[in-house]
Amino acid sequence: MYVAAKGGEQAIDNAHALLAEARRGDPSVAELGIDQIREQLSLAVDRVMAEGSVHDRDLAALAIKQARGDLIEAIFLVRAYRTTLPRFGYSEPLDNTRINARRRISSTFKDLPGGQVLGPTFDYTHRLLDFTLAANGEPPVAPVADEPLPQDMPRVLGLLDAQGLIEQERDPDPDGPVGDITREPTNFPADRDQRLQTLARGDEGWLLALGYSTQRGYGKNHPFAGEIRMGEIAVEFAPEELGFAIEIGEITLTECQMINQFKGSRTTPPQFTQGYGMVFGQSERKAMSMALVDRALRAADLGESADSPAQQQEFVLSHSDNVQATGFVEHLKLPHYVDFQSELELVRAMRTAMARQTAEAAE
Amino acid sequence: MTATTRDPQYNFAYLDEQTKRMIRRAILKAVAIPGYQVPFASREMPMPYGWGTGGVQVTAAIIGPDDTLKVIDQGADDTTNAVSIRKFFARTAGVATTANTTEATIVQTRHRIPETPMVEGQILVYQVPIPEPLRWLEPREAETRRMHALSDYGSMHVKLYEDISHHGRIATTYDYPVLVNDRYVMASSPIPKFDNPKMDNAPFLQLFGAGREKRIYAIPPWTAVKCLDFEDHPFEVQHWDDACAICGATDSFLDEIVTDDAGGRMFVCSDTDYCSGRVAADQKESAA
Repeated sequence: MYVAAKGGEQAIDNAHALLAEARRGDPSVAELGIDQIREQLSLAVDRVMAEGSVHDRDLAALAIKQARGDLIEAIFLVRAYRTTLPRFGYSEPLDNTRINARRRISSTFKDLPGGQVLGPTFDYTHRLLDFTLAANGEPPVAPVADEPLPQDMPRVLGLLDAQGLIEQERDPDPDGPVGDITREPTNFPADRDQRLQTLARGDEGWLLALGYSTQRGYGKNHPFAGEIRMGEIAVEFAPEELGFAIEIGEITLTECQMINQFKGSRTTPPQFTQGYGMVFGQSERKAMSMALVDRALRAADLGESADSPAQQQEFVLSHSDNVQATGFVEHLKLPHYVDFQSELELVRAMRTAMARQTAEAAE
Repeated sequence: MTATTRDPQYNFAYLDEQTKRMIRRAILKAVAIPGYQVPFASREMPMPYGWGTGGVQVTAAIIGPDDTLKVIDQGADDTTNAVSIRKFFARTAGVATTANTTEATIVQTRHRIPETPMVEGQILVYQVPIPEPLRWLEPREAETRRMHALSDYGSMHVKLYEDISHHGRIATTYDYPVLVNDRYVMASSPIPKFDNPKMDNAPFLQLFGAGREKRIYAIPPWTAVKCLDFEDHPFEVQHWDDACAICGATDSFLDEIVTDDAGGRMFVCSDTDYCSGRVAADQKESAA
């Protein structure tokens, strides 16, 4: 007698036990500490914080450990944890003129007040495997400048704006509510606040590919990296019972302001346009890609045709979230017996009907 | 029925109370406008999108400590995802769980409606991957919402007509589109069209949750649900030449089981509770 295959709780429990064992790897190798991940895999931690939308280095490090280094899985863990956190309110808008920069570069001016500050970057390294790291080589000590960087480095786009050379999207209602994609479903067409929020937590690879596509002719917008900054910035929060804002901490951010192709008409003098990117932690790849895609998505607002994938907001925004994407792609692993059976029945019935028709025609 | 104990580290049924209130409001609106897709602020849940997060959020918003929950996937209570979701609510809500359709107050389902008729007072919660029935005809959300607003459903009928002209019949076998309360065309979720007639004028409440797509919709009890068709090509459901190899049922949806590599196969009920209930009743009868 046939007994139907059972999914079985025991099988699931056993699979989880096997997963835990596989995560640990060879037990004779020392276990990885959360602090080691936080300190030595810091860019992975940054990505998990940014796309997980929670700024907490220890939680992100824990998620990376639990996910065996699968960053999308780690992002998913952090997002699910985020759901359980109570919402106290919204912080004050960050004052991005007050980024305490560790890195600040512009590709549009050779020199500018505050100078080009390279900071900790892979940019000019030769990508040669450093075998001293395999032997636990200690890094050389980085020299310290005689004096700290000035706090009031002017912004490149501010310099252009002062001369009317760059268009600015002026918020028609600066005191109005700002959208919150984690609390309200996005309605299309989406405004720029919702678009930027979606891009900020969007998948780095997705944004990179879309940004890249604009550079290859699919929605070209002539970008220049006007200014890129990475550093620490204070977060302020105004508790209702206090009535004024207090500083509650400091976060690391990467910001990119892209300067794009100019436009003008017979009546308005030409101006450059811009795209904006901002990400938790250190990730210039993501911040720059985000700025390219933000600019591409402004095509309709700026009166350009929007024929390329990166310019179509439903396409870009609806597919940017890697937690959603990985869930839906991987759900194909779930059983689909019933739907497949329905299709099988239909195909067989159609084949039978066709065979009958052929037989009748032959008679 | 199985009693369970709640994990006190999480709020009852995982979600915080404000989130549940937001979801309940969306559900109320959905019930008030049968078949209309209500946007809601779907949360990240601890299971992946596409694995039932919409259904889980709806269940979390409506479940109470006295409820008895049944979870099925493909009609079966013991498929891996059904086990996982049932465990989730056992842990976070501590509610009683059951495999018995008649014992349950809430049934969460993926891809089936139970064979045992559900009754007034029960709630069926569907997990929905793509809530938009017009999505395959029009990818843009802004455009499909406009089409619903104007009852602009011509393209759906054209699609069904094209099926007939290509294949001689309507070639949609699951997620078969329905017209709810004579107003909104609605995705029935990927249940086989075999189950569609159970939706029509059903005595129980039907709630649909699509987590990734952030939509909730509903069919209140005793609401007309019509499968789209044509006078000369009326809607019809699948039928099998075989009976269930375990319980002998001829009125249930049958899964095909491949038994060897030489074309051998057999058919068994996809609804495991229905099947085992029939076997138990048979044994009782023969013992008496």
